[in-house]
Amino acid sequence: MSVKIILRNTEYEVKPGMNLLDALRKINILPEGVIATRLGEMILEDEILKDGDVIKLISVISGGNQ
Amino acid sequence: MKCKTCGQKAVVNMRQHKLALCKEHYLEWIPEQTARFIKKYWMFGPDEKILAAVSGGKDSLSLWDILHRLGYQVDGLYIGLGIDEGIGYSQESQRLTKKFADERGLKLHIVDIQKEYGADIPALEDKSKRGQDKPCSVCGLVKRHEMNRIAHNLGYDVLATGHNLDDEAAVLFGNTLSWSRELLPRQKPVLPAHDGLAKKVKPLCRFYEKEMTAYAMLRGIEYIYEECPYSIGSTSIYYKELLNRLENERPGAKLSFYLKFLDAREKGLFAEQVESSTAPMFNCSKCGQPTKYDGECSFCKLIGIPSDEPSLLA
Repeated sequence: MSVKIILRNTEYEVKPGMNLLDALRKINILPEGVIATRLGEMILEDEILKDGDVIKLISVISGGNQ
Repeated sequence: MKCKTCGQKAVVNMRQHKLALCKEHYLEWIPEQTARFIKKYWMFGPDEKILAAVSGGKDSLSLWDILHRLGYQVDGLYIGLGIDEGIGYSQESQRLTKKFADERGLKLHIVDIQKEYGADIPALEDKSKRGQDKPCSVCGLVKRHEMNRIAHNLGYDVLATGHNLDDEAAVLFGNTLSWSRELLPRQKPVLPAHDGLAKKVKPLCRFYEKEMTAYAMLRGIEYIYEECPYSIGSTSIYYKELLNRLENERPGAKLSFYLKFLDAREKGLFAEQVESSTAPMFNCSKCGQPTKYDGECSFCKLIGIPSDEPSLLA
């Protein structure tokens, strides 16, 4: 049971059932620096993450750590 | 989260404005706000010819898209810098810029620095030793010179760049940390034309970088995601990340930092320095562009350095 979060070449795993904001906090990523997508659609911080979800994060700062 | 306008599912949430919007209304809101900023800061009118400096990145391509959607006469200028670093950075950014222009039937001017001056940016950096192994300083000098040259030679009224609020806040933060008497007064959304320098405007200066990324993605603009390899680890990116930490704790802090600076500037906080920064300039003895000192401008000095004779430039 997990949710996969991908940022550039790094993959993180979090438990399903939490919202995106809590998931980003858990993996120490500032929501200000990324846009999250699921199946190509943008999702917001209140979105509940479900088992099997693959969340792709797009860094908004070019060349930054995030 | 619901769209404030229609109640449908929102895709963008701007905490600093307490505003969430769906795709349709966000793509209407951005051009509306841009039009408001253009008017508020007296950037340009409907009859003026605009040259948008485009790099293939999300901000500049979005700027071009927005100005075109608003009905302005806007052409693009791409400067080929010859940066490769194993990822063909310049080649890919030029391809994406050209694709963007072709798909929309927009006019794009391309200037290739290598073809024009016989050396690309990394080679010019090698000659100058100006940037301590990073060509950012040389690159900035070359871009400023070429943007001004093309705008002037082709008769454009205004040069528009895609600087967003995060860019502006990071520069302001850096200049504030060093209390730069020279640079602080120069930072504003509009730099008027003077002494042969083209008028420069930044229509996106009040949008967060995240908002511009969202705009580019929602409009389906294909942009170069991996930005300039030389920008990795730069101070400006470090400042942006610091400011985002602040923004996370205090939504609106970045916007307020920048807007209160503009307000203080308007009220005369830098009046003395503004006066000295508008002092008359000389014309370069070689290219004719304005320069602070008598003789050749920094750009012509750089181009004129023989490649086997490295020298330090001021």
